[in-house]
Amino acid sequence: MYKILKAGHLSGPNYEMIVEAPRVAARCLPGQFVIVKIDETAERIPLTITDYDREKGTIELVYQPVGLTTNKLKMLQAGDSLMDFVGPLGKASDLCESETPEAIENLKKKKIIFIAGGVGAAPVYPQAKWLHEHGISSDVIIGARTKDLVMLEERMKKVANVYVTTDDGSYGRSGMVTKCLEDLIAEGHTYNHCVCIGPTIMMKFLCLTTKAFHLHTVVSMNPVMVDGTGMCGACRLMVDGDVRFACVDGPEFDGHKVDFDLALQRQTLYKTQEGEAFLAWKEGNTHHGGCGECGGER
Amino acid sequence: MADTKENMMTRVPVREQDPKVRATNFNEVCLGYNEEEAVREAQRCMHCRNPKCVEGCPVNISIPEFIHAVSERDFAGAYDSISESSSLPAICGRVCPQERQCEGRCLRGIKGDPVAIGKLERFVADWARSNNRKMKCSLSRNGKKVAVIGSGPAGLTCAGDLAKMGYDVTIFEALHKAGGVLVYGIPEFRLPKDEIVAKEIENVRCLGVKIETNVIVGRSVTIDDLMKKEGFEAVFIGSGAGLPMFMNIPGENIKGVFSANEYLTRSNLMKAYRDDYDTPIALGQKVIVVGGGNVAMDSARTALRLGAEVHVVYRRSEAELPARAEEVEHAKEEGIIFHFLTNPVAILPDEKDYVCGMRCVRMELGEPDATGRRSPIPVENSEFEISCDTVIMALGTRPNPLISSTTDNLEINRKRCIVASEEDGKTSLEGVFAGGDAVSGSATVILAMGAGKRAAKGIDEYLRSRG
Ligand SMILES: Cc1cc2nc3c(=O)[nH]c(=O)nc-3n(C[C@H](O)[C@H](O)[C@H](O)COP(=O)(O)OP(=O)(O)OC[C@H]3O[C@@H](n4cnc5c(N)ncnc54)[C@H](O)[C@@H]3O)c2cc1C
Ligand SMILES: Cc1cc2nc3c(=O)[nH]c(=O)nc-3n(C[C@H](O)[C@H](O)[C@H](O)COP(=O)(O)OP(=O)(O)OC[C@H]3O[C@@H](n4cnc5c(N)ncnc54)[C@H](O)[C@@H]3O)c2cc1C
Ligand code: SF4
Ligand code: SF4
Ligand code: FES
Repeated sequence: MYKILKAGHLSGPNYEMIVEAPRVAARCLPGQFVIVKIDETAERIPLTITDYDREKGTIELVYQPVGLTTNKLKMLQAGDSLMDFVGPLGKASDLCESETPEAIENLKKKKIIFIAGGVGAAPVYPQAKWLHEHGISSDVIIGARTKDLVMLEERMKKVANVYVTTDDGSYGRSGMVTKCLEDLIAEGHTYNHCVCIGPTIMMKFLCLTTKAFHLHTVVSMNPVMVDGTGMCGACRLMVDGDVRFACVDGPEFDGHKVDFDLALQRQTLYKTQEGEAFLAWKEGNTHHGGCGECGGER
Repeated sequence: MADTKENMMTRVPVREQDPKVRATNFNEVCLGYNEEEAVREAQRCMHCRNPKCVEGCPVNISIPEFIHAVSERDFAGAYDSISESSSLPAICGRVCPQERQCEGRCLRGIKGDPVAIGKLERFVADWARSNNRKMKCSLSRNGKKVAVIGSGPAGLTCAGDLAKMGYDVTIFEALHKAGGVLVYGIPEFRLPKDEIVAKEIENVRCLGVKIETNVIVGRSVTIDDLMKKEGFEAVFIGSGAGLPMFMNIPGENIKGVFSANEYLTRSNLMKAYRDDYDTPIALGQKVIVVGGGNVAMDSARTALRLGAEVHVVYRRSEAELPARAEEVEHAKEEGIIFHFLTNPVAILPDEKDYVCGMRCVRMELGEPDATGRRSPIPVENSEFEISCDTVIMALGTRPNPLISSTTDNLEINRKRCIVASEEDGKTSLEGVFAGGDAVSGSATVILAMGAGKRAAKGIDEYLRSRG
């Protein structure tokens, strides 16, 4: 059992949780994730490590309740426990892999921009923080649909130069992250390394933009996962014409080589079933398809 | 019953759930012998002076001895005899390919049916469980720590044997439940999880073995750390061969195409077939399974129980099916439709990018290849389509590179299997041993156990030699 030390609402639709998991905290690096299973009957879901404390042996998660499991997670409180918590999974971000003086010198030569869409700010934060702690500055664009959805702004500002943009212009700059990046470049900023994490559709379009600028772009993919160890193949993607498993070969890949259309398709696989399971849990067994709304007829 | 010659030739039939009934539930198919049936079957053994059956068993269970005890109704004695060679008899009795191992060599089998050794072993193990008979072990501890990676049959056996010798053993398991393929791969209807697998694992725990789940060696901790920082003096790698292979044909990544590992893991480990568990699984109406091994049979019969019409597509002929004979027979009885000498060439998407069919080509068998099996070759202009809404690829698996890629100087071969001595499991790294599917590639439960056993001996010798 893995004890929850802190749990609660963060901002807008986002929640946070700090969990005691000494083995994970001892070794994890930015870019890696964990798989959480709440109790015996729950699903295994992947969540990125937002922050970690090696001394205290704790891991911080930030998540957005979207379906059954994340909504169950939301109901847990400090003092409760998670039945299973496994990690760190996936490869560390290329940027934060090595602490050798040469690696750090190399990083200092890079002009790095992070682009975080929605809950993507959670996986961006530990990377920007790690760079900051190693004396490397970076720019971060936090993009959200509207003001309430902007997350981790204050903490991010402590470790990077932050630009906030909202689609509806309700806060910060106005427009999508692609526009914000174009504007920054037009304003004279230069970048040679971009890390983009957010909804798949956003990463797809951002990669089209950066390709035009010949800006090397790393994306963090979030396909459906089961085991997270390379055993099931549920997380497979096509990258540069090859099948790759996001849980062991990723989750970060060269964004200009990822087949986003396939990734977008595969993500919707359990949409209907999951939606029904969530409604059944919330409202009892009243949903039988046929309403024409949820696609339950399929 | 009269001991007529006729009787001695045919095996006592084993009771099974009716095919029509079992096709709709996940309860165990085979119900096993009761005491009377077991004793009668045991009486068919001739107690051969040169028992070939023992040679056929990878762990050399004293088969005539335990069967003799059964015929004398000394079930406890039979259990003690089996326990000397095997720590998971309830499992092996159920899943060993007996027709190719012990029973395949049984001298009774020359003229009539071979003695039902597997069913008798299962009977004895089940009897011991319901009568609370535990394995014998010494509880003196020598204070030396050994780490075992993976809790499949190889790891469990190695850990159990080492604990019996007095070592302080910890198993590290990547998944949230111990058992390896026994829990995530082989379905409930062949190997009940709570009554059988969990109990056998409990037996290993009773020997003093600690099991730490949710630890992925190579990610959560490395072998180097285990040895240098956590004080383990030796390590056994029993991490299996869990990486699924695909065919690389068009359409393999569209929605509705799964690896058998994903499908079976959702159903077995995550219990997606039960309403009270959250994990979803695709409920197809018409499912095609590609492959002919145990994994393909298990996937097909799982899909059938989830309500689908199921087709198995296999590129060779029926005679080459690598699955256990009993499973193929059960699959047929349950109504699985087989397409032999058929190979997929493409999986076809509908307008929503969901599977709607498979294009196949007919095959014929050519000359025998290096392995002696006749290799299938496509028949020209023989393509045809089968409609379906789900495809399960059961093409075999390879070892996961997670450990080998994070452990310096651990030698692997070109199939990514860990190189280890057949005799004692020694690898290229001092103090590190390996066995089971991680070394051999996908094989069988009993071979993995045999390797775990020999490695336990190897580790004991190694640690003794170091003093
Ligand atoms: C490597 C990785 C890191 C992630 N990090 C975070 C994070 O830090 N914060 C956060 O809020 N979310 C994160 N996600 C997404 C998160 O895993 C999903 O939101 C979650 O699985 C939804 O579960 P649910 O049962 O509540 O939703 P449902 O939609 O009811 O069901 C989810 C089912 O589909 C899969 N699934 C659905 N959406 C996603 C998705 N976007 N990504 C992956 N699988 C999905 C789940 O595995 C499960 O099988 C991450 C995903 C991956 C793959
Ligand atoms: C569906 C299916 C049906 C089968 N049916 C039969 C049958 O009827 N009869 C038969 O004899 N054989 C059968 N087999 C084959 C048999 O199950 C295997 O040969 C046997 O389980 C191998 O045992 P193992 O201990 O080597 O590995 P596994 O049983 O594969 O166990 C390996 C364990 O190691 C864990 N692991 C892997 N990597 C790590 C890591 N880095 N850190 C920590 N833990 C790790 C895995 O999670 C797993 O639990 C079947 C296999 C499958 C998949
Ligand atoms: S362990 Fe397997 S091969 Fe050996 S006697 Fe038992 S069933 Fe036969
Ligand atoms: S070979 Fe057959 S008959 Fe002979 S001892 Fe073995 S089981 Fe009995
Ligand atoms: S999640 Fe199963 S292989 Fe990646």
